[in-house]
Amino acid sequence: MSAIEINNISKTYGTTTALDNISFNVKEGELFGLIGADGAGKTTLFRILTTLILADKGSASVNGFDVISQYKSIRNDVGYMPGRFSLYGDMTVKENLDFFASVFGTTLEQNRDLIEDIYCQIEPFNNRRSAKLSGGMKQKLALCCALIHKPSVLFLDEPTTGVDPVSRKEFWEMLHKLKKKGISILTSTPYMDEAGQCDRIAFIKQGKILTIDTPAGIIDSFGEPLFAVSANNMHTLLKAVREYPEVKNCYTFGEYHHFTVRDVKFKKAGFLSYLGSLGYENISINQITATVEDCYLKLSEL
Amino acid sequence: MKVFLAFVKKEFFHIFRDPRTLLILLGMPVVQIILFGFALSVEINNINVAIIAPERTETIRQITNKIAANRYFTVTGIYDSEDKPAELMRREKANVILRFNHDFNPFVRPVSETQMQIITNASNPNTAVQETMYLQSVINDYFREKQVSSVTPTISPVVRYLYNPGMQSAFNFVPGILGLLMIIICTMMTSVSIVREKETGTMEELLVSPVKPINIILAKMVPYFALSCVNLVTILLISRFVLNVPVSGSIFAIFGISLIYIILALALGMLISSIVKTQVAAMLISAMSLMLPVIILSGMIFPIESAPEFFRWLSCIIPARWYIAAMRKLMIEGLPITYVIKEIVILCGMAITLISISLLKFKNRLE
Repeated sequence: MSAIEINNISKTYGTTTALDNISFNVKEGELFGLIGADGAGKTTLFRILTTLILADKGSASVNGFDVISQYKSIRNDVGYMPGRFSLYGDMTVKENLDFFASVFGTTLEQNRDLIEDIYCQIEPFNNRRSAKLSGGMKQKLALCCALIHKPSVLFLDEPTTGVDPVSRKEFWEMLHKLKKKGISILTSTPYMDEAGQCDRIAFIKQGKILTIDTPAGIIDSFGEPLFAVSANNMHTLLKAVREYPEVKNCYTFGEYHHFTVRDVKFKKAGFLSYLGSLGYENISINQITATVEDCYLKLSEL
Repeated sequence: MKVFLAFVKKEFFHIFRDPRTLLILLGMPVVQIILFGFALSVEINNINVAIIAPERTETIRQITNKIAANRYFTVTGIYDSEDKPAELMRREKANVILRFNHDFNPFVRPVSETQMQIITNASNPNTAVQETMYLQSVINDYFREKQVSSVTPTISPVVRYLYNPGMQSAFNFVPGILGLLMIIICTMMTSVSIVREKETGTMEELLVSPVKPINIILAKMVPYFALSCVNLVTILLISRFVLNVPVSGSIFAIFGISLIYIILALALGMLISSIVKTQVAAMLISAMSLMLPVIILSGMIFPIESAPEFFRWLSCIIPARWYIAAMRKLMIEGLPITYVIKEIVILCGMAITLISISLLKFKNRLE
């Protein structure tokens, strides 16, 4: 049995299509990542799966329970951390935890072992109002609240958005620990660099799934050589590279411009002299392995 | 039950940690009682009278003293000509001018030749009429004491103002304030606090839990229900011991009908929260559709009987109208509960209807 099964789900708001015929499964004990830009439909999918809204078409189940007819069973079983910080800002850390524990008919002490690693980091701030916590602390508290009843499936809607890099790293370490305890996790993120942390990822764009695979599988499927170029004037360089007849596609990627070529027999030397003739200096061209982000950009161009 | 208590505890945290809300909830009854009870009274006090008398006879002196001794009047002075009093009137230093004609001597001369004139500022007709009435009754009293039947030849009826012998406006306002406050506290605060959870996203998290959604809502009502009861007691105590408004009916009946009204207001709040999506919208709907009608159409300030027919019909669907009417009968008139059966039945009917609609409209999901 899959932890989450999604069959041909569609949802529209007025004339906007939020989800367009989406299907995929999340296996038990899997850490599944939903990768997409803002407005891709990630939150809508989370809300359908957590029984908060109804899909227009299609069916879905969590732990084998149908999201429409058996929504009560799902609400017992799952942990959900909404994208926006949604705990009570006027209540302290401890009060929030105690409240959410009693909502699920349990206590903080009973399930402390599950959240221990995370909770020990925010415990020093027990008496601080949660509105006054830092972004990373807030997310840790929210995760604690979502975990307090030992859910079997965890839904995390952009848990690391607005969180500093150190806290993000810690957050993913926690997710790996939770996965080891047998919890199935569906998480979403706009950060491509986090995709590699997942067992499998799905690219979602404008309500459609572009591809589903393991991060390695997705990188393998890139299927063509990729180069990174940099020079003294990066702004004009982008246009210059795009105008070179052999270049198929070029885009900005951090400190470099990445580009693909039309022909595998592409010669670096010829391209180098082309750029040199245009007056660029400190030119560096390297063939590189594609990253998840390159794959996302390539797929979303199609 | 434990879960329910945890929710109630959380609601009290919200209220007590938001000083503004707390101030509104607990300060409003006191402020309103003081505003309506003292400041907004329709009784007229401190009427300044300027007297014009060409001759200072003994009679005029006695009438002047009589007026000056009355607690409603202050005599600004006795003047020979009209110029000064007219000036005072324009400067609003005088509200009424009492003018005696030449040779004013009712005990000596024939009645036809003795004349008095009252001149008053009628820019506010209500006050003008009342000032005139007060002044006339003072003058009539004087002549009655002097047994001058020629001046007051008519038989004057003995008037008795039932239930409110002092004609104090606070008697009228206290039931009205109760009707208004319950709507603000129960309806507005409940709907705003439910919608706030939707707006901040906490409702999402609560819905994805084993707690029945209807319990989430019911738990939200408990603190406001409790606060309303506290306010009810506060208002009754202030009315009784500060404003000296009698609480003459049975306390049991007063609390009974107030509880029905509180429940009705809570149901209304729940209904509003299921319709709107933002706190601002909840606030506006409560204010526009509830507070204004309660103030204008409930008989709290303006008598319903003198409203145009359309508004008289409209007022029938305002719960506050029935509540205020019943409270006046119970509190001020001290009538037994059998006299407010009609109001109780109507309020119960409205409460049941509102609860049914809000339960039907209630959603177990976000939309």
